[in-house]
Amino acid sequence: MNTLPQQLANGLFLGSMYGLIAIGYTMVYGIVQLINFAHGEIFMTGGFGALTVYLYLPDGTSMWIALPAMLLGGVLVATLFALGAERFAYRPLRGAPVLAPLITAIGLSLALQQAVFNWYPDAKSARVFPQLPFGPYHLGSLRIQSGDVFLIIVAPLCMTALALFVRGSRTGRAMQATAQDPDTAQLMGIDTNRMIATAFAIGGVFAGIAGVAFGLKYGSVQYDMGFQAGLHAFTAAVLGGIGNVYGAMLGGLVLGLAEAMATAYIANIPGMEQLGGQGWASVWAFVLLILVLLLRPQGLLGERVADRA
Amino acid sequence: MTALLEVEDLKVAYGKIEAVKGISFSVEAGQVVTLIGTNGAGKTTTLRTLSGLLKPSSGKIVFDGRPLNGVPAHKIVALGLAHSPEGRHIFPRLTIAENLQLGAFLRKDKPGIEKDIQRAYDLFPILGERRKQAAGTLSGGEQQMLAMGRALMSQPKLLMLDEPSMGLSPIMMQKIMATIAELKAQGTTILLVEQNAQAALSLADRGHVMEIGTIVLSGTGRDLLHDESVRKAYLGED
Repeated sequence: MNTLPQQLANGLFLGSMYGLIAIGYTMVYGIVQLINFAHGEIFMTGGFGALTVYLYLPDGTSMWIALPAMLLGGVLVATLFALGAERFAYRPLRGAPVLAPLITAIGLSLALQQAVFNWYPDAKSARVFPQLPFGPYHLGSLRIQSGDVFLIIVAPLCMTALALFVRGSRTGRAMQATAQDPDTAQLMGIDTNRMIATAFAIGGVFAGIAGVAFGLKYGSVQYDMGFQAGLHAFTAAVLGGIGNVYGAMLGGLVLGLAEAMATAYIANIPGMEQLGGQGWASVWAFVLLILVLLLRPQGLLGERVADRA
Repeated sequence: MTALLEVEDLKVAYGKIEAVKGISFSVEAGQVVTLIGTNGAGKTTTLRTLSGLLKPSSGKIVFDGRPLNGVPAHKIVALGLAHSPEGRHIFPRLTIAENLQLGAFLRKDKPGIEKDIQRAYDLFPILGERRKQAAGTLSGGEQQMLAMGRALMSQPKLLMLDEPSMGLSPIMMQKIMATIAELKAQGTTILLVEQNAQAALSLADRGHVMEIGTIVLSGTGRDLLHDESVRKAYLGED
């Protein structure tokens, strides 16, 4: 049986999710040159926010009603955590040596994980996430699950909206100005603190949506789901060229496809039989990252650092 | 008549190092006032403090009847104080048109903004020809034109220009200085910081000579231009 179409599809779905999360890394890095290592946990809180909303809905509520409410809940929770992190953890450290916010980010990441682990009811192991009531669909040899349908519809919509917002809106332009030259942006009358908060909020919105998508795709959410997903999404952002919104989308897709291809086909190469399968997915993702950093350090769509001066 | 800008005993420090050590001067509407002096005299620090990017350690700034102390930079533009910074600082990855639009960020009158963008293109035709181009691809002189055009987009009551001729070819420098003269003729109030003392003083109604954080000499542009100590120190004459 030809598995290639299925693997391509899997890569596309996975990559769409990476792309959604990667937006948060890249927007924040673009505007304050901070790697928000707590962003994976923001994504996780999105998943749990949506689950919480679902648990409060009356039994037997149709998923068609529940899903919008869950999305709203997930987005709201993730955005609030993202904004809270910016306001209370990172803003007081603006202007501090770069290690300070970086270590803060790692600490915040652990704190959020442990908070959910300890205080969210029954969250010490995976919590079952509701599923969309359709699918899986079969297209020839292709099998597409409901969670993947959600991703393939929502991810392009989000990305298009973001691209239009950044390029076309007054706030989007002000964010670009803040990213390129914060002092001069203030001279234009731009409230740069608000633009930075907006970047965190957009990252939170996308992470919230991705958190719901993760739950729908894998059937559960878990307190540490942000670690792996966050690391991969961060890789995607660097791969695409960190700071570049289109790069995050592209990086996500490339990484998803590469992972799917590698896990499916590496083992067919003579001498590499041991290196295939899901367990090696992260390894191949990081091998790809290392290759890109060696051959094109600015990432696929990144600009040369000299251009930023 | 009270002046548009009044600076009184302004002191600014970077940590423990005082860069501006108590200066006072004023700018009246319609005037061109210049601050001249060597590197490190505190000219740029003064402008950055006026526009709110730096906080004064003491002293008073009154602009258009309002004290500016404690007003954040992004709110000072709204009061009518525009600053074209040293080193131009255009937004390199935005187009020329987008840079100009950002200059009008706080304005809501779309037709007025369009008209002023057109005015900037009339003032600097090269900007009009390249309006869709990324600003980072412009030459130094063209970037300076863009920085000035962008500062004018906020319809300022006072335009502050920091080293507009720095690093430019002699021809481009002449062009920029001619433009400042043109703006002056149109009645724009300008506070000009320049290392090219000759050009600045020829244009200015008043000049102040700064040395290591203080104003050591003040006078009309013409007086300073003919002052012996100024000629020796800044105009390269023995």
